Amino acid sequence: MYVAVKGGERAIDNAHAWLAEERRGDTSIAEMSLAQIREQLKLAVNRVMAEGSLNDPDLAALAIKQSRGDLIEAIFLIRAYRTTLPRFGNSRPVETAEMACDRRISATFKDVPGGQVLGPTFDYTHRLLDFKLAAEGEVAEAPKAEPRREPTPHVTSFLRGEDIIQSEEASEATPKDITREPMSFPADRATRLQTLTRGDEGFVLGMAYSTQRGYARNHAFVGELRIGTVAVEMDIPELGFAIEIGEVELTECETVNQFKGSKTEPPQFTRGYGLVFGQSERKAISMALVDRALRWKELGEDNLGAAAQDEEFVLSHCDNIQATGFLEHIKLPHYVDFQSELELVRKLRREAEAARAAAAQAREAAE
Amino acid sequence: MTQEISPEARKAWMSLLATAPEARLAALFDTLDQTPDHETLRAPEVGGVMVRGRAGGTGAPFNLGEMTVTRCTLKLASGAVGHGYVQGRSKGQAERAAKLDAMMQTEAAAEVEAKVLSPLRADREAERTARAAKAAATKVDFFTMVRGED
Repeated sequence: MYVAVKGGERAIDNAHAWLAEERRGDTSIAEMSLAQIREQLKLAVNRVMAEGSLNDPDLAALAIKQSRGDLIEAIFLIRAYRTTLPRFGNSRPVETAEMACDRRISATFKDVPGGQVLGPTFDYTHRLLDFKLAAEGEVAEAPKAEPRREPTPHVTSFLRGEDIIQSEEASEATPKDITREPMSFPADRATRLQTLTRGDEGFVLGMAYSTQRGYARNHAFVGELRIGTVAVEMDIPELGFAIEIGEVELTECETVNQFKGSKTEPPQFTRGYGLVFGQSERKAISMALVDRALRWKELGEDNLGAAAQDEEFVLSHCDNIQATGFLEHIKLPHYVDFQSELELVRKLRREAEAARAAAAQAREAAE
Repeated sequence: MTQEISPEARKAWMSLLATAPEARLAALFDTLDQTPDHETLRAPEVGGVMVRGRAGGTGAPFNLGEMTVTRCTLKLASGAVGHGYVQGRSKGQAERAAKLDAMMQTEAAAEVEAKVLSPLRADREAERTARAAKAAATKVDFFTMVRGED
């Protein structure tokens, strides 16, 4: 018999007090400031901004501190905060061709205007623990060279000249916004890109990797990967013109994919696109591969039944806040649900035992 | 007394103020001889702006994610109306930006230009140049190995 209960307030308050104490840790160790997190754990801050879908490094640093470094919990905090903000408007699409690049590499062309610029990368490090970081010390200033003044052109613009790569025609269509209207299927590309850019890095990486291992393989080359800052412009109605309202760091990846042609398209290179807040190149490359896999229909490719081609599967499961919300709710009290399950299993068990006993009796009688 | 100003010029200074580091702008603001009193038309308000990108860098727009922005509108006794739109959540910064935007429409423009905008522009230029110089130092110089058969 289930009896409604209420309680736990004291236990909850005490749990939260202990959480605060544990979050602080050993008080003989200096407390971390938000500025330290923002400056020294910048890639964690970037991930929280990208998947939290809100560009504000100080808020992301606060969320990381509050969540004790649990980045999905931090993303949850940012998503919740985001919903409290009035929306002032939409920016003009950012001009990534005008990006002030910290890093810009191409895996397809050695000699591209602007060159191969490595930037502050982990690539080519030996992945050996550096025990010098365990001790405090001054960091030498990075070397400098003659800076490039002009913007760095996109690599795909060179292939466009030869008409050997699929074009991305500009439009001024208003994109759907998944924060304003629920996703529906089939989803258009703008919806897919918005969902992927704030999707879980691990999930999107796993999907991208599955295409490389042969599940809807699409032979991706990284045509270009660039990281840097772009200006964000918005039209201000009271002024009647657009101004820059800020500057954001972005990672952009364009893949160039081999394509033999299909019923509707000639042989050419096709494209996948990744654009993510912050320095997030693993995520940007993954996004580009998954974007390309999801474009099978418009390119007239066959549906191979691969997970990365299934937009309902990919888009409905890549959001880690939706996923963790549903997953973690099963640890909360389900006393009523479970009580009814318990009653049901007991009843089934009684019926099964009764049936078995009846069958045994019938067998005995027959013998 | 309001002077004629071009939208390009106003866009340039508002854009500069939008991304100015908070502490730096506050310090420069304090170097002004005097700042006129104002009437608040729209109190500083924190909100979000949806940042858009384009598929493939050049194609159809899509929503990338939001950024925080704070805005403020005020009016000086002279009648000049100033708007402040700044990145982040600082209400003080939005109010300072609005005040400076209004002052740029008055006789105080030369002083604001000299004591606030010009130093901010120099800071921004120096920071951009420093980053670009570090990036340039990581540019790869390829060289071809001499072939054995020659």
